[in-house]
Amino acid sequence: MTTEQVASGDMDILKTAAEWRENGQDVALATVVTTWGSAPRPVGSQLAVNGSGKFIGSVSGGCIEGAVVQEALEAMRDGKPRLLEYGVSNDEAWEVGLACGGKVKVFVERVD
Amino acid sequence: MKPDVLKQLNEDRAAKRPVVLATNLTSGDQKLLYQTDAEGQSEVETGARAVFASDKPATIETVDGPVFLNVFNPPLRMIVVGAVHISQALAPMAKLAGYQVVVVDPRGAWATAERFPGVDLVDEWPDDAMEQLQPDRRTAVVTLTHDPKLDDPALAAALKSDAFYIGSLGSTRTHAKRLQRLERLGFTEQDMARIHGPIGLSIGAKSPAEIAVSIMGQITQDLRQEAA
Repeated sequence: MTTEQVASGDMDILKTAAEWRENGQDVALATVVTTWGSAPRPVGSQLAVNGSGKFIGSVSGGCIEGAVVQEALEAMRDGKPRLLEYGVSNDEAWEVGLACGGKVKVFVERVD
Repeated sequence: MKPDVLKQLNEDRAAKRPVVLATNLTSGDQKLLYQTDAEGQSEVETGARAVFASDKPATIETVDGPVFLNVFNPPLRMIVVGAVHISQALAPMAKLAGYQVVVVDPRGAWATAERFPGVDLVDEWPDDAMEQLQPDRRTAVVTLTHDPKLDDPALAAALKSDAFYIGSLGSTRTHAKRLQRLERLGFTEQDMARIHGPIGLSIGAKSPAEIAVSIMGQITQDLRQEAA
């Protein structure tokens, strides 16, 4: 599946999530809950994803969005919330690449 | 997230009602907390009180595991009285810094959409405008007209509000006279100490844009250092 970032402009992430859901689409939300070091987006930053892989908002400067969107699509399928960690200390995450050297924890949940 | 939680959260944000979304990071269970709830003594309520005040989300440890408290405070607002040159520089800066900007000026030729693209303009007298706008603790009030007829009523209204920042343009001498006039309206020295006058950080600003930088810097200082 290809993912595609929706131009956000003045669009509101949580409002968009609600609209997608009302239109019958699967939706998941990702939220930055912890950061260490020079993480690019502050705690509380959010991203909403729909079932076709479209997303709005950001949880990093673009480095981990792809991986987060994949986890969000998984969460839509199994309904389980996830707490993901990305950063330099995590080999797998290093490949995903937080090039800035920061570390973040991202909570991913389905909108039921 | 339950759809009704998302719906309620969006309604609260639209109504500018401060709200905290508490999420248990293990179970995914969620709850919305309001300022009235944040008077309680439970771990989550105490934590909610802290994030309302600091405007920074945080994770707290509870007996049920870690809980993330995301805070949705109403947007920051800046009310600028006087559609003058400095306002033309200050309004876009404030927008970039995340403020909703309202420029108040009853003089029709000044507050025009051409001079202030994308800014809310109110062409009423400052006392009526302030009555409508209801400055709160997420609001900065800046008066820039130099004209007591316009600045004074706005300052009086700001002093009666919870505005986190009040600043007024004018020299030390102009400001001293202004304080005398406000005193006659019944404000005490302690009340009037809330007004930054002369306005802005002392950085030797000369041009309208530089003065706008010094004002934006001072507002940021009050917003961030008070909360820290």
